[in-house]
Amino acid sequence: MGKRVLVTGADTFWGGRVIQALEDDPDIEVILGLGEHDPSVPFDRAEFVRADQTYSILHRLVQATKVDTIIHTFLVSDSTLAKSRALHEINVIGTMNLLAAASAAGSNVTNLVVKSSTKVYGANERDPYWFSEDTRRSTPAKTMVERSLIEAEALIADFAIDRPQTAVSVMRFANVLSGGLATPITQNLSRPLCPILIGFDPLLQFVSAEDVVRTLEHATRLQLRGVYNVAGDGRLPWSEIIAIVGSRPLPLPSLHHRILMRPLAAAGIYEMPTELADLLRFGRGVDCAKILATGFTFRRSSVAAVQAFGEHLRLDRSTGSEPLTYRYEHDVEQFFRHSPAVVHRD
Amino acid sequence: MIVPVPTPVEDTEGNLRRSDVDEWGRSERVRNVIRTAYEPIYSKWFRVEWKNFERIPVEGGGLLVANHAGAVPSDAPVIMHGIESRLGRPVYGMADYFFRSVPFIGTMWSRSGGVAARPENAERLLRDQGQLALVFPEGTKGPSKAFADRYHLRRFGRGGFIEIAMRTGTPIIPMAVVGSEEAMPILFRLPAMAKILGTPYFPVTLNLLTMGPLGIVLPFPVKMRISVLEPVTFDVEPGLERYPRSLVLEESERIRELIQEEVFEMLKARRSIWKG
Repeated sequence: MGKRVLVTGADTFWGGRVIQALEDDPDIEVILGLGEHDPSVPFDRAEFVRADQTYSILHRLVQATKVDTIIHTFLVSDSTLAKSRALHEINVIGTMNLLAAASAAGSNVTNLVVKSSTKVYGANERDPYWFSEDTRRSTPAKTMVERSLIEAEALIADFAIDRPQTAVSVMRFANVLSGGLATPITQNLSRPLCPILIGFDPLLQFVSAEDVVRTLEHATRLQLRGVYNVAGDGRLPWSEIIAIVGSRPLPLPSLHHRILMRPLAAAGIYEMPTELADLLRFGRGVDCAKILATGFTFRRSSVAAVQAFGEHLRLDRSTGSEPLTYRYEHDVEQFFRHSPAVVHRD
Repeated sequence: MIVPVPTPVEDTEGNLRRSDVDEWGRSERVRNVIRTAYEPIYSKWFRVEWKNFERIPVEGGGLLVANHAGAVPSDAPVIMHGIESRLGRPVYGMADYFFRSVPFIGTMWSRSGGVAARPENAERLLRDQGQLALVFPEGTKGPSKAFADRYHLRRFGRGGFIEIAMRTGTPIIPMAVVGSEEAMPILFRLPAMAKILGTPYFPVTLNLLTMGPLGIVLPFPVKMRISVLEPVTFDVEPGLERYPRSLVLEESERIRELIQEEVFEMLKARRSIWKG
């Protein structure tokens, strides 16, 4: 019998990508996508289930479908996507409910893979230049996105101890550069003028979206246990990144950044999330020796990820952004999956 | 330019990079500019002389350990300049993370080979990359001491550098530097000022009193001598999580004494601060 996989955040960029990748794997028998909104990409054979952000129906779902693998992609690491309160609900309460459902009596879950972020390390002048998985962060987390990710990871670590029969892996991803993915970093780089903090030129590390999805698949296939850093090889200065993608530097105040930028933020013109302001002063690097030792190879280094993103931006500037062509229609999707009229390929 | 960035290299085939900044923030191009500018200071101003320079490894990792003095210490740039120009291999200067938080200075410091003194950084440099790392175990206690305490080495921290050498299996190359104390002597310190500015210390130097603002950066033209001591290796298994604290502190104290004795020997032989 093949694997039965549940993917959270099926309506997001990441959930969608992961599901599409899993659909090609013949060893996976059932794929369930869980999401609050309509999926933004078409699924071939995955079933979409609508659920609110805190997964109140998850318990029933796990019992009824007997899933053995959960890929938890719906940890929000971008603070511009949700308000502080909502971030806590999604990351902490959502994860808590997910774990409760996975550990309830009658659960068949033997593998849990979580998509977390290297934001849990923060960015500070006291940091080592390369974090390994067990390096502690230098200063306590200030922002809700960092705090909620740390709290979610702590819940997951407890779950892993309480339920040794389940292989639990937490993948901490560096900042992702990819066409179609809107994060504060990609949005800033897409502008003709890209902010730099005066006098600072930090070294950043990136991972490509393709490698993110591949690592999640890798962790699922090998049933990895533990925490893994995931980032492309090498680090490069922010100024060089701006040059590669064809933008120009726009100097912003670095000292007392938050106070000096408040008028612009209040007027809704420009606001830089705190965690990005920290990153653009001190940068961050993570050591990926652990994931490499499991046999994983990256397709793209940090530089290559930046280069590919630059190419995507240049294409966009010439042709305009690709319009979204897919709209989720429940009836249509049900027809494609369950009607005897549809010829399924083997 | 707002941030000092090396000018982009012409894109060669297969070369995606636009600068030569390495993963530590060091740029060979920037170092080259600095070396060209620093050469007259090194050879004409300080007239640096080395003893037993051949003890510095030509390849492989090495932890350079030296005494540290003078309000804005000249020992670090002199050692880095000397080794880089003679051996053609980079030296990473490990220093207080404080520099990273200062705009411009932090970036320049990093581009010119400065690395925050964290054990993880040193271990990666030495074990994984076989580089030369320069550390001053006295930390800021060395440069911040008053002129009356000159050439009396401060406590060598908690012996972190010994643990790094043991864990990475890297030789320690102790070095004794004479001259840096008189290059920028501290008359007194203003702790209140340091607190306001957030700096580790705020010295009032003789240079400042005699030369005005120029004295902040300009050292006196003293003769600088550097003596390289016999490399020290430890008979312990590398790669262990921890090493006995007593052994670490003992070795740390031994190296401090080696450097201290050599400094005194060099001072005995020194006839003049200016001519050596």
